Amino acid sequence: MANVLVFAETRGTALRKTALEAVTAARAFVDAIGGGEVHALVAGPSGVGATASQLGEHGADVVLVAENAGLEKFDRESITSTIAARATAVSYRAIFLGFSAQGRDVGPRVAAKLDLPIVTDVTEVQAAGDAIVVKHPAYANKVIVTLQVSGPSAVIAIRPSAVTATPSAKTAKVETIALAAEPSASRVVVKDVVEGGKGKIDLGEAPVIVSGGRGLKAPENFKLVEDLAAAFGNAAVGATRAVTDDGWRPHSDQIGQTGRQVSPQLYVAVGISGAIQHLAGMRSSKTIVAINKDKEAPIFKVADYGIVGDVMEVVPALTAAVKEAKAHH
Amino acid sequence: MKIAVCIKRTPDSESRFKIASSQTAIDETGLKFDIDDFASYAVEVALQLNEKQGPGETVVYAVGPDLVQETLRKAMSMGADRAVQLKTDAVPYDGIAVAKALAAELKGGGYDLVLFGKHAFDTSGGIVGTATAELLGIPCVTAATKLEIANGRGTARRDLEGAAETVEFPLPAAVTIDEGIARPRYPSLKGIMAAKKKPLETKPAQLGAARVTVKSMDLPPERPAGRIIGEGAAAVPELIRLLQTEAKVL
Repeated sequence: MANVLVFAETRGTALRKTALEAVTAARAFVDAIGGGEVHALVAGPSGVGATASQLGEHGADVVLVAENAGLEKFDRESITSTIAARATAVSYRAIFLGFSAQGRDVGPRVAAKLDLPIVTDVTEVQAAGDAIVVKHPAYANKVIVTLQVSGPSAVIAIRPSAVTATPSAKTAKVETIALAAEPSASRVVVKDVVEGGKGKIDLGEAPVIVSGGRGLKAPENFKLVEDLAAAFGNAAVGATRAVTDDGWRPHSDQIGQTGRQVSPQLYVAVGISGAIQHLAGMRSSKTIVAINKDKEAPIFKVADYGIVGDVMEVVPALTAAVKEAKAHH
Repeated sequence: MKIAVCIKRTPDSESRFKIASSQTAIDETGLKFDIDDFASYAVEVALQLNEKQGPGETVVYAVGPDLVQETLRKAMSMGADRAVQLKTDAVPYDGIAVAKALAAELKGGGYDLVLFGKHAFDTSGGIVGTATAELLGIPCVTAATKLEIANGRGTARRDLEGAAETVEFPLPAAVTIDEGIARPRYPSLKGIMAAKKKPLETKPAQLGAARVTVKSMDLPPERPAGRIIGEGAAAVPELIRLLQTEAKVL
């Protein structure tokens, strides 16, 4: 019997998908070590406490709610202090969180503050006697490393989308807590947040990604990729490094070894040859579709379904067919 | 400004990897090693800041065996002024253990700014920079895509998923550097010659206990061989059928 703490990340008053994934992973871990409680800590502006029911439905026994007007924007320092203070007051077998932009920021700080071991970008967690054993894709997804974590507690940061958020029908007890430090005292201050675009689905959360490469010939032809993504309705748009380096698309759209690493249900590669650098970012996608004029292109070696042809001809036809399939569904 | 840049020696990321017979490491035979990509962006950012802001010092640090001296020389050939090797036979996988060695060395170094790559290609952990900052008790910005320093304060931009934030912070501070911030320069011949004479100091690494250890390494499962289903727009109906009935994603 041991309890686990989860940092449930939010943006504004809404939970992030990674929060539910982390709670799901924590629930499974606690059940595997013989039961115990999952405590989810959520910190945000007034109203964030309404997320408690969702956290309960995914396996949290207790939701610790810290509401503070200073948390309209993500405040790494007060959140780090609050997690650390809670984990000092109450002993936890592990602290789970998502390895997202926020988790990347908070996880290592909490570990350093509490002098705990930390593992990040974790895809699987297992209890192995007194130790915790995790899997972690490294070398840009080219090697799967199994790590053993010793000690009475540890920080475990879960790779986004590696765990499927699963309901487990709990009704969480809600406790109100105070932040351990005031956001106004933080040294790193968020001045401004620019949203990527209204209704834009993030690459890490999208079930479908349509990505474009040099085979599109010109930046204006990215319209074909955007139209296909719109036809799917739940798709995000990605790009290769060649295309972001040339400024056709922002760097934040880059999928590959040095960009985002994604594993959607469906990945559609449009005019992408399939350089190792790009494959490293998308080869763990569930289903891969490739459209390229060169039948020798390496992308066809990993594509479940390849179409050899001119993207200018094939993509509009596919967009129309997807629209029709969606309409009849 | 006095800037420290913590760098790592990693294998060429374009390589094909094999697992060593120990099953707990990669087979290094035939691999080319160099300064990690993200670390090279951090070195470039440091050099540009000091070039723009007048007299300063850029000091590079690396934890590892004597092989890292080559990596440190590379950073000095780009323009770093001096280097420190924190010597250990092998770099532990435990990011906190490494952060402790760096923090012990950097403490009291009088640095205005400590830079790191967002993560290293090999361990892909993204732990050391942020944890070192916490151990040093200085503010940290993680995965910056833009960095400006003026009047003792920094402004950085970082990507959130689907958004971007601009943050401000006082110095001294630590920043971990993401891709796209600067194109690392190639060392000039003059730079390479000069680097040979620049000071490189070696000290023992005061690593923390390794609580995270490698149990095994494996290559990821191969995807089933790719399949070309047809040519041109005529293949689209078959693709739709497969996406609906076989892959069940539409």
